[in-house]
Amino acid sequence: MSLSWMAWTWPTAVFFVCIALALAGMTIWELRRPGGGARRGVLGLDTTRGDRLFITLLGSAFIHLAWLGLAGPPVWAALGISVIYGVAVFRWV
Amino acid sequence: MIGKTTNQRAWLLVAPVVALVAFNALIPMMTVVNYSFQETFGDNVFFFEGFKWYQQVLTSERFHASFGRQLVFTGVILAIEIPLGVAIALAMPRSGPWASVCLVLMALPLLIPWNVVGAMWNIFALPDIGLLGRAVNGMGIAYNFTQDPVSAWVTTVAMDVWHWTSLVVLLAYAGLCAIPDAYYQAAKIDGAGAWAVFRHIELPKMKRVLTIAILLRFMDSFMIYTEPFVLTGGGPGNTTTFLSIDLVKAALGQFDLGPAAAMSLIYFLIVLLVCYVFFTVVMRDEEK
Repeated sequence: MSLSWMAWTWPTAVFFVCIALALAGMTIWELRRPGGGARRGVLGLDTTRGDRLFITLLGSAFIHLAWLGLAGPPVWAALGISVIYGVAVFRWV
Repeated sequence: MIGKTTNQRAWLLVAPVVALVAFNALIPMMTVVNYSFQETFGDNVFFFEGFKWYQQVLTSERFHASFGRQLVFTGVILAIEIPLGVAIALAMPRSGPWASVCLVLMALPLLIPWNVVGAMWNIFALPDIGLLGRAVNGMGIAYNFTQDPVSAWVTTVAMDVWHWTSLVVLLAYAGLCAIPDAYYQAAKIDGAGAWAVFRHIELPKMKRVLTIAILLRFMDSFMIYTEPFVLTGGGPGNTTTFLSIDLVKAALGQFDLGPAAAMSLIYFLIVLLVCYVFFTVVMRDEEK
């Protein structure tokens, strides 16, 4: 079956592989330390590791969109901000 | 201590759903992501463009305008439908035969397919042959939703209010019916008036259902397509071109698949963000 209609490119394939690896990593983390690491963070929300990953990914998407809208490509700086944001979410939220 | 039995084979039971979601959601979503980084002129030939379409959409006046119209439309219908729905629910009888009659009447607009609602209102509001159009013009008010932007907006909002206020009514009514009589008796003993009963008993008890009503109406109105498309086609000009109509125009009308894919992903992220915020609010209230 040809998948040419899906119009794959290397950058988008790498992006989805990273997402899949993140999900696989979260699964392994959960198997090693069950319970989801639930806690109440600085926002007053009860979050698990999965919630924190979701907040990280969603926030990172908006950081990238804001960067593209205000400054334009390249987006390395937005990626850097997203990494810092993700670390902060996993540490404090 | 009771040991918990874990059976991982239960995951097999959700495998069909996972496969279904993969085919109807994940694969199309991945394809849209792929399209959003490329240009195509058909025939499965693509040219990589990087973030060009995202930047183009985010800085385009057309996107800002349709996004603004979408926000205004959603804000207006929420500002009308939520208070109106609560008011109607408060006025409905809680028991007896008329309660059933009211519930059936309220459910009727929800049963009508969206394209039929658009077609009905189109005919109903036509200035030359429609009952509403002729009546409004007969009163000396210049009304023509096919040519006048204000008329088009009023008609679109009225159509949505007619179609969807019932949903708010039914949810609010369910919330009201769940309030035990003891609350009303206590309020009566305290000499509370109708406003005090509403403010301190009914409204707090309806909070959860109203949150769900706001969420549902926000999501539905933010993704509205069929009804305004059938009613006005996004016109006159672009005055009722909301986000989804604009998206379809770009994707199918102009065959700009790259920008349309970028636009749809931005649209999706906004909807996802709002959905998550509402979900968090609802869950936090439930925990309390």
